[in-house]
Amino acid sequence: MQLSDLVFYALAAFTIIAALGVVALPNIVHSALCLVLTFIGVAGIYFYLGADFIGLIQILAYAGAISVLMIFAVMLLLSRDVSESNPSHKKGKYLAALFSGLFAFLLALSIYSTSWDLTEGAEIVDSIGKIAYMLMGDYVIAFEAAAILLLAAVIGAVILARGEEKR
Amino acid sequence: MLTDYATIGLFFLLAISFPLAALGLAALVRPRSYFNREKMMPYECGVDTKGKTWVRFKVNYFLYALVFLAFEVETIFLFPWAVKFNCLGLFAFIEMIIFLIILLVGLLYAWKEGALEWY
Repeated sequence: MQLSDLVFYALAAFTIIAALGVVALPNIVHSALCLVLTFIGVAGIYFYLGADFIGLIQILAYAGAISVLMIFAVMLLLSRDVSESNPSHKKGKYLAALFSGLFAFLLALSIYSTSWDLTEGAEIVDSIGKIAYMLMGDYVIAFEAAAILLLAAVIGAVILARGEEKR
Repeated sequence: MLTDYATIGLFFLLAISFPLAALGLAALVRPRSYFNREKMMPYECGVDTKGKTWVRFKVNYFLYALVFLAFEVETIFLFPWAVKFNCLGLFAFIEMIIFLIILLVGLLYAWKEGALEWY
């Protein structure tokens, strides 16, 4: 399993470097584009873990739609010079480092204190097919309810975005 | 399972290395040129920009993006259905038609409210 470990480390390094780019780049549009790379890296890790449907959703919804929304929001609100639109705060920097360090410490603590039981279950093949059968079979009410939810989201978005203009 | 992705990974590496090799080989033989003002101008059909190029978007784009987001989530639901279309049968087809009709109402509403109009 040496090669698959290598794949994981390559994906993790790619994700972390892209995430560092989000934080460090001075141009906020470049940060948003780095965020797309981060999402794609996370999707790669999902694929690596065998969760191909979640990886697909990650690419479609996050790297596709959410990032488009973020970039549009950034471009709408662009007010100062773009080359310094993502400044690093002089005072808040150390406080942020403290809290993120604390968070990382707690996360590492909980990871190391948990005993991970390895199950020797069979690898799930064709997870998308299984999801399809469940979605169209047992969970069909939830499936149609999701349609209603999406409908409410579309109408709400249109009302929120258009309503202010008309008044 | 992972070996399937190894094929994709191999393609990915090939796709990256091919342009790198082409550009790298070209860099060895081409004459040295330096960045100057003429070279950094907009290429051929580009018109010289007036004022700042980083401007705010029109709000129309944002409405498109919002509607796009909802319908992309819809495609996520379509995807497993499309993969297993042949095995699922007529009932699943009717379920999906109901799903699509419910979302069509949303599209019609956005259309009625003029979210799809360009002004």
